Amino acid sequence: MAEEVKLFRTWSSPFALRIVWALKIKGIEYETIFEDLSDKSPSLLQYNPAHKKIPVLVHSGKPIAESYVILEYIDETWKETPLLPEDPYERAMARFWAKFGDDKVLTSIVWGVFIKEGKEQEEAMVEAMKNLWFLEEELRGKKFFGGERIGFVDLALGWLANLINILEDVAGQKIVDEDKFPLLSAWMKDFANSPIIKDNWPPRVQMIAKFRALRDAKLAAAASSK
Amino acid sequence: MEKQSEVKLFGTWSSGYCTRIELALKLKGIPYEYVEEDLSNKSDLLIHHNPVHKKVPVLVHNGKAIAESLVILEYIDEHWNHTPKLLPADPYERAKVRFWANFYDQKFGPSIYNIITSKGKEQEKAIEDSREVLKVFEEGIERDFPAKSPFLNGGTLGFLDIVVGSTACNFKAFNEVFAVVFDPEKNPAFCSWVTAMKDCPLMKETLPPHDRLVAKISKFFLKPPKA
Repeated sequence: MAEEVKLFRTWSSPFALRIVWALKIKGIEYETIFEDLSDKSPSLLQYNPAHKKIPVLVHSGKPIAESYVILEYIDETWKETPLLPEDPYERAMARFWAKFGDDKVLTSIVWGVFIKEGKEQEEAMVEAMKNLWFLEEELRGKKFFGGERIGFVDLALGWLANLINILEDVAGQKIVDEDKFPLLSAWMKDFANSPIIKDNWPPRVQMIAKFRALRDAKLAAAASSK
Repeated sequence: MEKQSEVKLFGTWSSGYCTRIELALKLKGIPYEYVEEDLSNKSDLLIHHNPVHKKVPVLVHNGKAIAESLVILEYIDEHWNHTPKLLPADPYERAKVRFWANFYDQKFGPSIYNIITSKGKEQEKAIEDSREVLKVFEEGIERDFPAKSPFLNGGTLGFLDIVVGSTACNFKAFNEVFAVVFDPEKNPAFCSWVTAMKDCPLMKETLPPHDRLVAKISKFFLKPPKA
């Protein structure tokens, strides 16, 4: 008997994309509900009253929110093609790097480098470079963060493989220099071109427009508050 | 006889995040060596074990270091997977515990920090905001864990009890130094849960002493206004 799996998402959210990848990697059939965050559906508000955000996975009527919580749930419920390693220490490392990805890498790049300019951007770059360097070191001796095949950390950091290029185009600023980060650059290519992953990237033109609008708005707000 | 595996915890006595790890280790009966860190003068060993964040707590097990309190708690439950279990067995129940643990750290924690670092009208607003967050948390816990009393895990402290209790059980110190956020009239369910945890022997022996904590947070956060 097929269990009902629904995913509430938006077209561009990197957090939701993690869940799309996980479901497809495991061959789980699911229904997609696209949300307009400026006009949230009653279902979304009912399923995630605490945050009112996507992604939300609903499995046989049971809602789960927060992308890493959802990934762990998926891995524990559908055991084929595991995302997390078996060994407790390796699992801890995976969780650590996934958290680092959101707390530090994403924050320093998108909310640091990308929405700033001039001296402020230069300072933000120092922080971003430091964070990226940790990822570069973590890839030493490995093709993917998960080892030979894509795992939890690859899905967690996967947004880098597509978004960095878009951010660099919009901000006119190199972020992941192939000379400085050869392993990370190679990983970005390998991940972006992997089966399943490559078929699910959001449309580039729309992403450029979205992030251009974001950068313009943030720079304008910063200028007007001076 | 099996050689005891070496477990070290780097922490500071006043940090709730470190209290979490001590509670988990003690609950599971895992012997450990505690290393007190001076965060104004971090040891080379701490920086070696946690080069990314240079923070406490760090658990070092047989030479392998794990940082980030929630990550450490999951590791403890998975490696020493005997009872008492910190997380429930069912994946959906586990998801609910993880969700609210993250909510507590990502929403409630920062809202408390905003109270600590503000004054006057700004602080009043920060207190209101924190109460709002607490209300959402309280309603969510009641909805997602309807049958559990006194602790969410049944008879013993579980993952969420440890995450919340390690900081919330110090509420008397917080109320004394800053402002009354934990109000039994406004948040009866939350406060009775925290009070029940505060009264359990393991919590009593692990929490930092009240007076010492009051002295420390007063000194650290209530700096005299600049002239």
